[in-house]
Amino acid sequence: MRIFDPHVHMTSRTTDDYRRMYDAGVRALVEPAFWLGQPRTNPGSFHDYFDGLIGWERFRASRFGIRHHCAIALNPKEANDPRCAEVLRTLPRYLAKDGVVAVGEVGFDAMTAEEEKAFAHQLSLAAEHGLPVLVHTPHRDKAAGTRRTLELVAASGIPPERVLVDHLNETTVDMVDGSGCTLGFSIYPDTKMEPERMVRILQRRGLDRVVVNSAADWGHSDPLATARTGEAMLRSGFTRDDVDRVLWRNPVEFFARSGRLLLEELAPYSGGAFAGNSILRAQHAEPDA
Amino acid sequence: MTSDTAPRDPLDDLLERVRREPKAIGVLFPAVGREVGRGPGPSGDPEGILGPTVQDEARTALVTALADALGDASPDLLAEEVGALYRFGDAEEKRAVLRSLPALPGGGAASRIAAGLLADALRGNDPRLIAAALGTPAAAALDDHAWRHGVLKCLFSDVPLDAVHGLADRADTELGRMAAGYAAEREAAGRDVPDDARRLLSLTHGETEA
Ligand SMILES: [Zn+2]
Repeated sequence: MRIFDPHVHMTSRTTDDYRRMYDAGVRALVEPAFWLGQPRTNPGSFHDYFDGLIGWERFRASRFGIRHHCAIALNPKEANDPRCAEVLRTLPRYLAKDGVVAVGEVGFDAMTAEEEKAFAHQLSLAAEHGLPVLVHTPHRDKAAGTRRTLELVAASGIPPERVLVDHLNETTVDMVDGSGCTLGFSIYPDTKMEPERMVRILQRRGLDRVVVNSAADWGHSDPLATARTGEAMLRSGFTRDDVDRVLWRNPVEFFARSGRLLLEELAPYSGGAFAGNSILRAQHAEPDA
Repeated sequence: MTSDTAPRDPLDDLLERVRREPKAIGVLFPAVGREVGRGPGPSGDPEGILGPTVQDEARTALVTALADALGDASPDLLAEEVGALYRFGDAEEKRAVLRSLPALPGGGAASRIAAGLLADALRGNDPRLIAAALGTPAAAALDDHAWRHGVLKCLFSDVPLDAVHGLADRADTELGRMAAGYAAEREAAGRDVPDDARRLLSLTHGETEA
């Protein structure tokens, strides 16, 4: 099983997770920029976080044989803090980078006027930079938030196939399906989807335009939720090719629209050598607290 | 589009845009891999540890074009813009900025920002940046203490000492003492002493024994 996890916050995960993900078949992922659990108070805090997403985290993933990409944005929650909103001015520098495959996560949290303003502005940045968009749909008042999301997407003029609307469930799937956007499902304990429910949705509407992610972060979550879903699909009679389509080909097709995917095969570091000198060796890295 | 124009070198296009609109380098610099190409440079090393990659060379050309465009008249502006390329660069862009430092006009912008950028690169643990910080004549901007720590850090980060510019000339007694300490620590732990550590010892041997 080869897996592309299109939504996972690796900054919050350990090296054990990277190792287990590689063993389960994860070879590439997208880490969208989001809230760290602790609110930020200034744009510099975002810049350092973005630097980590395109720098250290990509390097760290590469040591475990995993291609790390990211999406960059001001997230909906922090769009409400005027001290943070200024980061919108620096986004174009980051949106020009290799491995930045989408604008995201954007969308709604509490459905405020500030959130809508930041969302609309970032949709226009995505159009300008030729990037797909990864949209977070809210936990509270999800159906209304999703409906307004689709209105803003339609108004932006961005073709729906370049927009991934995420964290969907049984109550929002049909609405988004009708829009032509790509459908994202987060298999996340307690609050979002579960593998068996995901299988029922796939059985009902088919595999087209569907991507599945773990959305694993600093909360109770599971970076192997994608693999668990693939296993549940196989148990329910889906073929290996069906699983490959949902867990690899669909997300690759979506993010390839950025023209910025870095998917060359990457071997996990095992003391190999280049020109007689080992590089990127995890074992000898200087310990830093 | 006229059919009699030969296809243009994509790098020439980028250079021309930077000369016309220097500020545009902020979004053109990151696009070099996509627009111009990727791959190992003359060193054959795709990671750019042993020498500049294709992207590093193209990005150095962009920095040179920026310096030409801003002219000697605006060293402040040049320092600010090159500093921002580094500040907002991903690891590959940062590596390229470090490798482009010798291309900046001497005495002006380069000397103003070089020490800060090199120190930043040596604080991190990315071997590509450590190698690039020590890999050009711009490393002269590091004081001896910082330079020795950078060289020693190569042993911890698996940066081959071949990547260090002017190693034999600058290696001194103090570096020999530090390398000897490193070797002793490895031996006490029952670990092998890497060839590069032995090389540092032999480079500084005469001085340490004196
Ligand atoms: Zn998320």
